[in-house]
Amino acid sequence: MTRASDSPLAPGARSPVIDAARLPTYAFGNQSLVWWGTVGLMAIEGMVFALAIAVYFYVWTRVDEFPPRVMAPDLVWGVVNTAIMLLSLLPNQWAKSAAERRDLRAVRIALVICIVLAFAFLGVRALEFTTLNVRWDTNAYGSVVWILLALHTTHLLTDTWDTVVLGLAVFDDGRVEGKRFVDVSENAFYWYFVVASWLPIWFVIYIAPRLLQK
Amino acid sequence: MSDATIPVGALDGARRSDDAAEDSGWAGPGGLVGWLGTIDHKRIGRRFIVTAFLFFAAGGFLAALMRLQLAVPDSGFIGPDRYNQIFSTHGTIMMFLFAVPIGQAMAVYLVPLMVGARAIAFPRMVAFAYWVYLFGGVMLLVALVLNIGPDAGWFSYVPLAGPQFGIGKRSDFWAQLITFTEVSGLMVAVSIIATTLKMRAPGMSLDRVPLFVWAMVVTSTMILFAMPAVMLASTMLITDRLVGTHVFNAAEGGDPLLWQHLFWFFAHPEVYFIFIPGLAIVSSIVATFARRPVFGYPAVVLSLIATGFLAFGLWVHHMFATNVPELGKSFFTAASMAIAIPTAIQLFCWITTLWHGRINLKTPLYYVLGFFFVLTLGGLTGIMLAAVPLDLQVHDTYFVVAHLHYVLIGGAVFPLLGGVVYWFPKIIGRTMDERLGRLSFWLFFIGFNVTFFPMHILGLAGMPRRVYTYAGESGWGPLNMMSSIGALMIAASLLLYVFNVVRGALQGPSAGVDPWGGGTLEWSTASPPPAHNFDAMPVVGGREPLWESNGIAGSVVNLGMKDREVLITSVVEAKPHHRELFPCATTWPFFTAIGTTILFIASIFTPWAVVWGSPLVALLATCWWWPSLAEARRHREVEVPSQ
Repeated sequence: MTRASDSPLAPGARSPVIDAARLPTYAFGNQSLVWWGTVGLMAIEGMVFALAIAVYFYVWTRVDEFPPRVMAPDLVWGVVNTAIMLLSLLPNQWAKSAAERRDLRAVRIALVICIVLAFAFLGVRALEFTTLNVRWDTNAYGSVVWILLALHTTHLLTDTWDTVVLGLAVFDDGRVEGKRFVDVSENAFYWYFVVASWLPIWFVIYIAPRLLQK
Repeated sequence: MSDATIPVGALDGARRSDDAAEDSGWAGPGGLVGWLGTIDHKRIGRRFIVTAFLFFAAGGFLAALMRLQLAVPDSGFIGPDRYNQIFSTHGTIMMFLFAVPIGQAMAVYLVPLMVGARAIAFPRMVAFAYWVYLFGGVMLLVALVLNIGPDAGWFSYVPLAGPQFGIGKRSDFWAQLITFTEVSGLMVAVSIIATTLKMRAPGMSLDRVPLFVWAMVVTSTMILFAMPAVMLASTMLITDRLVGTHVFNAAEGGDPLLWQHLFWFFAHPEVYFIFIPGLAIVSSIVATFARRPVFGYPAVVLSLIATGFLAFGLWVHHMFATNVPELGKSFFTAASMAIAIPTAIQLFCWITTLWHGRINLKTPLYYVLGFFFVLTLGGLTGIMLAAVPLDLQVHDTYFVVAHLHYVLIGGAVFPLLGGVVYWFPKIIGRTMDERLGRLSFWLFFIGFNVTFFPMHILGLAGMPRRVYTYAGESGWGPLNMMSSIGALMIAASLLLYVFNVVRGALQGPSAGVDPWGGGTLEWSTASPPPAHNFDAMPVVGGREPLWESNGIAGSVVNLGMKDREVLITSVVEAKPHHRELFPCATTWPFFTAIGTTILFIASIFTPWAVVWGSPLVALLATCWWWPSLAEARRHREVEVPSQ
């Protein structure tokens, strides 16, 4: 696949010398360091989400009425946002594959679409907060619902910011280099995580109170 | 070598790596900018180590104050409120600012050298992690001096630390210190994992990775999954206190016990990621001073990994005195006993190594032998505490204090002190004095046992922990006095140790490349190592490269220094895959850490700090990342496209 595969130690050689000048200066996917850094972040943040969800169900075991003295969150904005996020995967995947074939023009267009969708889901997220039907200081259930949504919103904000900054960099010819394409590809990879982590959180916030009513 | 597909620019840009440090991009700028902006893992690692030891000294000073107070009954030297802050800050410093960071600090310095790499992965992030750690630690000490130090113990149980009883801002400083240290710890963990998996010298397949490095990868992986629990918990504690959430408020459907679950889900694994770096150091020292590879390499590696998993199944054994279901307690009893097995396997492997080795009995090995003795005692009391009925009897007594100090000092501090003596020649280029080294070891070993052994008896006699004084009629006076005398011996031994370090650094004999005859790669380069670590990146042919005839089987050439090229290899077999051009030194991580510190401290006082502080941090982080035109141009010149 890469030139690397034919470069390591020649069998039987007494003192193999590896010539690094033959090797590429960047790589995509799990060969690149950035990918491993991103996976590390996902592990950390995935763990935070998992524990916050665990806290939700812990609270469920502690109360006699669920959701306690309040209505379950309204479904509509959560559903709309889930749809927008799933939709955003398309331009995101386009940005990723365009970056991996170093198609600068396609990368630029795809990133702009991604950013537009990012602002759309941030706007809808604000509406979600208004229809949770509970405040963070109402009771422990309200607290954990707000914490879950706020944690995920932090990811939406950082991912939007990252994408905007990356977009500014790729629109400046002088700052484009091979590594930038790797950045675009990894940014898309992280975006998948932000969307993928939303699905269980959405389920917990919006569906669980209906299924686990008591 | 002729390869028509290689762009000419690539050959122009790359320099022969064995041309020593000529025109090296690794050295970085000098002066204040260079000092604040360095991304050299050795400079950052040294700083990390020194800073962690300074916090250790601060924590030790607080311990000495407590021992002075407790030396005699009915003492009025320290009042109860101040005493609460002192023991809470002592525990917090030792656990969050010393024990965990020092293991990571050693890894930051040593892992890249041991795997034959030019640098550490994400060096700017590691620099940022250091600054955040430093600023967080300073914040805690300042808070203590200003009489707003944490006062609810190092595990800050609610409701004592919650809004109802934890008045003022004391618990908030504790909770925010957690945020500082966990941000730092998590970043270093990611870096260590990436360095080990992707930056090893060619030929260093996973079954040739030094045991030290394996242990550090296990530690880092545990950190990734454990630290989020305490970050989430401490954040929820702050929101409970600051904006009125009810996560831990039983009256509104929350539960104080949830705090204990989340805290110990982190803090029990924490015991192991404090202890595993100790094991890492022991494996290195045992091999070198037995003059043979550690017996049972696969067994040791698998034991480390098993410990990493089992450590997540023990947390409830800190909660045996709560109302968790009895069946659940039985499970955690069994798991707590089971984890002794992998630890025992490693102990037997080291004993076998020493048995079959040619012993070179020097100071580092003394510390390892001390570790065997002390840790075994701590492990035995651990098995006692794993039994629910006994635990209920001695819960919150000095028996637990004795146990945890035997485990933590035995498991982490003994190896660490030995490890510093062992790697001192590499880090400084000079050796420490052997006679002074042994003297300080014996003082420490005896002082340690004199301090902490009596606490077992005091605990069994019913003396509760965390009391600022006790009545003379209790009969606890003599043993407490003995313990306090032991503490003075520990202080004397550590002062002697520091004297030996300073003396060694100033006038110790020159160490040479490999003064102990070690077998791992850090001993193949100069002492102290140059900024680029290795003049020629080695190709590894064996598990102990310096001990085997073909251990260093060759070298990597044309890994350019000017553009800070780093070789990236495959995860399992460490086959060369590509070069990455590493970033230059920069002060932006430093300034981002300052911005982060402003955000964290301000959010102790107002939730709005998150609103205005986050854009500040985002802006600083963007400046950190923003690619310069010159760098991008240079990279385009030397670029060799992927595939």
